[in-house]
Amino acid sequence: MNPRTMILSVIAAVVVLIGLSSVYIVSETERAIKLEFGQIVTDDIQPGIHFKLPTNIVQEVKKFDARLLTLDTRPERFLTAGKKFLVVDSFVKWRISNVLQFYRATNGGDRYRGATLLANLVNDGLRAEFANRTVQEVVSGERDELMSHLTKILNDQAQSQYGIEVVDTRVKGIDLPEDLMENVYRRMSAERDREAREQRSQGKELAEGIRADADRQKTVLVAQAYKESEVTRGSGDATAAAIYSKAFNRDPEFYAFTRSLKAYEETFNGSNDVLLLKPDSDFFKYMKKSSGK
Amino acid sequence: MAWNEPGGGKNNDKDPWGNNNRGNQGPPDLDEALKQLMDKLNGMFGGKKPSGSNGDGDNNSSGAGGIFGIIILVVIGVLLFKSVYTIDEQQRGVVLSLGKYERTLEPGLQFVMPLVQTVVQVNVTKVRSASLKELMLTKDENVVEVAMEVQFRVVDPVAFSLRVENPEQSLAHAAESALRHEVGSTKMDPILTSGRTLLAANVETRLQKYMTRYNTGIEIDKVNIKEASAPPQLQAAFDDVIKAQQDRERYTSEADAYANSVVPEARGKAQRMLEEANAYKEQVIAQAEGEADRFVKLHTEYRKAPRVTRERLYLDSISKVYGNASKVMVDVEGGNNMMYLPLDKIMENNNRTRNDSSSSSSNANSTSDIDSITDRVVEELRQRQTTRREGR
Repeated sequence: MNPRTMILSVIAAVVVLIGLSSVYIVSETERAIKLEFGQIVTDDIQPGIHFKLPTNIVQEVKKFDARLLTLDTRPERFLTAGKKFLVVDSFVKWRISNVLQFYRATNGGDRYRGATLLANLVNDGLRAEFANRTVQEVVSGERDELMSHLTKILNDQAQSQYGIEVVDTRVKGIDLPEDLMENVYRRMSAERDREAREQRSQGKELAEGIRADADRQKTVLVAQAYKESEVTRGSGDATAAAIYSKAFNRDPEFYAFTRSLKAYEETFNGSNDVLLLKPDSDFFKYMKKSSGK
Repeated sequence: MAWNEPGGGKNNDKDPWGNNNRGNQGPPDLDEALKQLMDKLNGMFGGKKPSGSNGDGDNNSSGAGGIFGIIILVVIGVLLFKSVYTIDEQQRGVVLSLGKYERTLEPGLQFVMPLVQTVVQVNVTKVRSASLKELMLTKDENVVEVAMEVQFRVVDPVAFSLRVENPEQSLAHAAESALRHEVGSTKMDPILTSGRTLLAANVETRLQKYMTRYNTGIEIDKVNIKEASAPPQLQAAFDDVIKAQQDRERYTSEADAYANSVVPEARGKAQRMLEEANAYKEQVIAQAEGEADRFVKLHTEYRKAPRVTRERLYLDSISKVYGNASKVMVDVEGGNNMMYLPLDKIMENNNRTRNDSSSSSSNANSTSDIDSITDRVVEELRQRQTTRREGR
């Protein structure tokens, strides 16, 4: 390259650099302010291409993240109304709503400084809210009210002081401290134990009831059947007796005679029986005399 | 730069050709066109050789012209690359024009102004997921361990890429908060047992509310409570409760089995008793009727000839009785103290003969034996009588 082209190239490069430093682009995710010797001259610059005096000597541009940002605080111990400590892990959704104010409040628009300021506000707010509520209320009952209330307070404070809009405050975790957890575990264990015992003994109770009921049914069934069968037998006996008496009443003497004969036959029915006889009964009437007298 | 990779090409898999053909290398046809263009330009600037071998610049003017030509070509190529985008069916392209949001590119071949406009591509169909598993407090101040998975999609690529810093992390925070909130307002038993679906639905509603509020452009597809269990150190105690419930079931079903066996048995027994009673009744009545009828019929005949019938009946019966039995006729008045009857012997004999008869089935022996005994008895009696007469 010859010197002429070199000089030309250098001049061209300087012109391009100056041109570039007088143009700046604010992205859709950002807002910006323009400073002139440290003084703010333009506030809340919207996305797009913008111009300023070349180089940063006279005019300077500061850009801020305009998106919704997250502040994730460290878990902290808070005292509740019941003198119990809770370990609370929360996060805050916030955005820079007033760029100018944010720039001033954070001494140059440092986002992390803004986050620290906000974190302090959140801590104070949570401490105040928790101090008035019991663990029960914090954990279950009034979480929504608590949080929207806190968000509102934080928003008012942060808006006016730091140009920060607090969109939402949420508690990620509410936990008991380690030592209290041990108590909870012991209590839960005891409750489970009680539950298990209750289940088993209720089972035995039910089982005993079922068995006893079955036994009762058995006894009652048999007794009823006995009663009914006795009634049946009785009525059978009665009918039979009626039949007998009706028949035998025709001639009681003859009945006694036939029945006796039948009884004799039934009594002496084996060759095993030995009879010692005196021949003076009717049967032997003709044994001694043919006349029978 | 590749066609569709605005952010410096961190993701190779989004490159349609699957390799690192960035900046200086395009599709083949484009390459071909470039070469032709280069040749033409070289001709214009007076260079005879192809640009590739135009090495150390022995001829200044032609060398400078060649370099400029190459630079211009490269710039044109790069600009062409940066102005053409193929947006995949799953993607949307968010176009920023000098930093300002301008429009959203739909799927297809799209053109933007190079240098001025940049494109951020967002996948809007992919189902993304986030999961967490933590111990948390319930309403009744118990502790449970819950594992949850959230499935979500991006429905608003503009909000997703421009409005919120790190939207996926926002979702993770919000999901944890929503889950803990819902678990904190539910008692332990429903969480561990039947209330899981309800819990998931509540978390989903709440989480969607947060996402809308933060304007993340995220829509919650589904919230799954994958696991809800007791803390690990209490697992044994909780398992024991389940065992106890099963024991309870077992006790009752055993008792049911007992009842099911005992009651029908008793019913059967009762039935038997009733049947037996009925049988007895029938039997007794039938016997009575039979006997009564027999008596009546006999009595009718008896009335016709009382004396004869009575006599006949009597003799029939007595002869039957006497016929069966062994008998001893004692036709003696008084002197009973003198008489000795070997009754035991007679009985014994009878028994023996009966046994014999049952074994040998010969009745002749026994009757002859009895006859001989009777004979002996009669003989004895006669002798005694004669001696008494002689003594008198």
